[in-house]
Amino acid sequence: MIATALEQSRLKFNAVFGITVTTLLIATAVIGPWLVGYDPLKLDLPARLAGPSARHLLGADEFGRDILSRLVNGARTSAWIAFATVLFALITGTALGVAAGFLRGWTDRILMMINDAFLAFPGLLLALGIMAVIGASRDGIVLALGLAYMPIVVRVVRAAVLSIREREYVEASRVMGNSEFITMARHVLPNCLAPIIVLATTMFGWVILSESALSFLGLGVPPPAPSWGSMLSTARPYISQAPHLIVLPGLCISITLLGVNMLGDAVRDWLDPKL
Amino acid sequence: MMDGTAFARNPMLSVHDLTITIGPNGKRIVDTLTFDLASGDMMALVGESGSGKTMAARAVLGLLPQPLVTAPESRILFKGDDLTRIEPKAMRKVRGADIGMVFQEPMVSLNPAVTIGEQMAEGLRLHHKLGKAEIRDRSLAMLERIRIKEPTKCLAAYPHEFSGGMRQRIMLASVMLLKPRLLIADEPTTALDTLVQRDVLDLMVELTQANGTAVLLISHDLGMVSHYIPNVVVMSEGKAIESGSSSDVLRAPKHEYTRRLLDALPQRSAGGSRGGDCGKPVVEVKDVVIDYPGRNRLFSKTEAKRAVHGVDLTVRRGETLALVGASGSGKTTLGRAIVGLVKPTSGEIAFPGAEAHRPMDQRARRREMQIVFQDPYSSLDPRQRIVDIITEPLKLDKSMNGAERERRVEQVFAEVGLSPDFRRRFPHQLSGGQRQRVAIARAIVGRPAFVVADEPVSALDMTVQKQILLLIRELQARHGFACLFVSHDLGAVEQVADRIAVMQDGRIVEIGERDDVIDRPQHPYTRQLLEAAMLIDRRFAENDPPKQATAL
Repeated sequence: MIATALEQSRLKFNAVFGITVTTLLIATAVIGPWLVGYDPLKLDLPARLAGPSARHLLGADEFGRDILSRLVNGARTSAWIAFATVLFALITGTALGVAAGFLRGWTDRILMMINDAFLAFPGLLLALGIMAVIGASRDGIVLALGLAYMPIVVRVVRAAVLSIREREYVEASRVMGNSEFITMARHVLPNCLAPIIVLATTMFGWVILSESALSFLGLGVPPPAPSWGSMLSTARPYISQAPHLIVLPGLCISITLLGVNMLGDAVRDWLDPKL
Repeated sequence: MMDGTAFARNPMLSVHDLTITIGPNGKRIVDTLTFDLASGDMMALVGESGSGKTMAARAVLGLLPQPLVTAPESRILFKGDDLTRIEPKAMRKVRGADIGMVFQEPMVSLNPAVTIGEQMAEGLRLHHKLGKAEIRDRSLAMLERIRIKEPTKCLAAYPHEFSGGMRQRIMLASVMLLKPRLLIADEPTTALDTLVQRDVLDLMVELTQANGTAVLLISHDLGMVSHYIPNVVVMSEGKAIESGSSSDVLRAPKHEYTRRLLDALPQRSAGGSRGGDCGKPVVEVKDVVIDYPGRNRLFSKTEAKRAVHGVDLTVRRGETLALVGASGSGKTTLGRAIVGLVKPTSGEIAFPGAEAHRPMDQRARRREMQIVFQDPYSSLDPRQRIVDIITEPLKLDKSMNGAERERRVEQVFAEVGLSPDFRRRFPHQLSGGQRQRVAIARAIVGRPAFVVADEPVSALDMTVQKQILLLIRELQARHGFACLFVSHDLGAVEQVADRIAVMQDGRIVEIGERDDVIDRPQHPYTRQLLEAAMLIDRRFAENDPPKQATAL
């Protein structure tokens, strides 16, 4: 009894926390910059590396730019990049993974050959290569990171489809006279959702970190535009002088990741009829 | 009267007041169960599903699923240690090495991604420090012992390459390889055919006797139990309601519930078969050959397997033709070919009745033929509600509108005996028998001309089996569909079939009216099958009044 009660409240906490954080993130990204009303690029050199004050609520960075304002504007960039990248990787990856897993045969072989070639490169290296070709921009990052993470999605989805397609309810659907496409959409894909959701939320974290790595290598969001990743990496030299420079964006990233992951878990449980 | 004959000798396993509850103070799944098992002895826990027999056995291994816990007063003494209080680390040493377990479903209890050799080696590596060569030698010796053809090849093979019976033997072999002191077998043969069932049980007895291993068998089949196991405990709703020697319990059941279990054993349906010429042919199978193609691997090639060798078969309107054979005889493959799940290599499958009506495309044709699968646990989409599962076939019939569909679904709920309360539920909230009713409802909702029932009852309890068989017969009487009833179980077949076709190694060796085939079998294989089934039946013949009188 107590165990089930705990279980339920934990689930609810998951959902509440996840939804709150995600909503806050989206709200910040959409209306935050307008609320803060402070130019994230404006230099205030006397306040260089200053701690929190009435003027700069969360202090200022190495050029005296307002950190609060940069965080809020960075949320827009980082959140957009993360959502768009994950969505891109998920849609393309799921489509290819389902095609490979459900059609099998030559489609599977050729798709997997290409996919495995992609997988053979480390994700970041692949993204770097793509960025080098298409140039550094926000959409470029989405495309590069999306392509870099897609092969993982393909693998996971294909594996899930392979195990589901042999179930008898899939055969029952065929015997019923459903077309292959309907069978796939109605019976195979919904039963593959759990691993896909978990992967998507995990990927969200990877993307934010990869974006900061790209920024660090000078191929991310072009400076001086703020993003959490680039704030984190440019603050590195000042870690002992002004730790808040690195702690604040770090906190933002961690809380966001935690929230998105909890939301993912909540959605997965919510979609599972057994829970 | 919980005396039990096993008290006498020094018991190896002594379960005392075992109580299992859902959560610390929740509902009691097992209620003060007490039994002793002496070393080298055999005992059975018998009951329907939900009686708590499996959970009692799992408690011995400390493998209770999440919310279930053993109550503090429970004692499970094994070789002097109380297994309810033992450290998890020590428990792991007991599992496998001292207590082995064989599960019900050979199809899922072996890891499909790992070779047989690897799975057999796993336990040996864990519990005995052995070299690679030694492990391989022991595994090979064990495989030879259980009479697997080409044991070397078997080690490198994957589970899917074997039939259910073979897998269960392999499972048994890999458990017995560790020479445990106690073997817990949870319905080890429920999913297998009659012939194989005997094989596996014989093998189990042989291996355990040779090693002096005690056996705790869990089963719903009193007949089978009485043949192999000397002592039995009958469980109902978590309580042991009757215990003693199997012959006593069978001949003179004291409890109402035990009597009910005995009543559920197969009997021939009254009224005899309905005659062979009751209708026009619905399905004509002409000289059908089905091959499973071999696969090219990197370094080897598996050869093509011929599952069906030129079979001719006619199923007529309104009749039930039973297709009987051991697993691997090609009966399921043939059934699946008829509904279009497998393409025949050569030959023709025609639907004379249906094709006369309209030129049918592949899909419309499929609607006229439905299939009920063996395992109601995997044949229903876990994410669909019951009402959606049953409505789905109707969605393909564009001539029906929503209200008509709704009415038809309601009607089907009543026909298969499902309460409308189940509409909004999901499959996992239903019992096996209820799920099979849903599967049957899905098959007949579109009023098909022909239904293949692929072992529809072999995954169910005896009492439920009987209900489902009666349901199929009743539905058929009402709708007049033709039915191909694929089964290994002559007991079940006797209850539903009009005609019986016996299949062996891809060929039909005998076909005829039900009573002719069962009473006057022509082919030696049919006789062999009958013997395997009869052996179980004959023990119930012992239940006849004269013997019962002596027992009283």
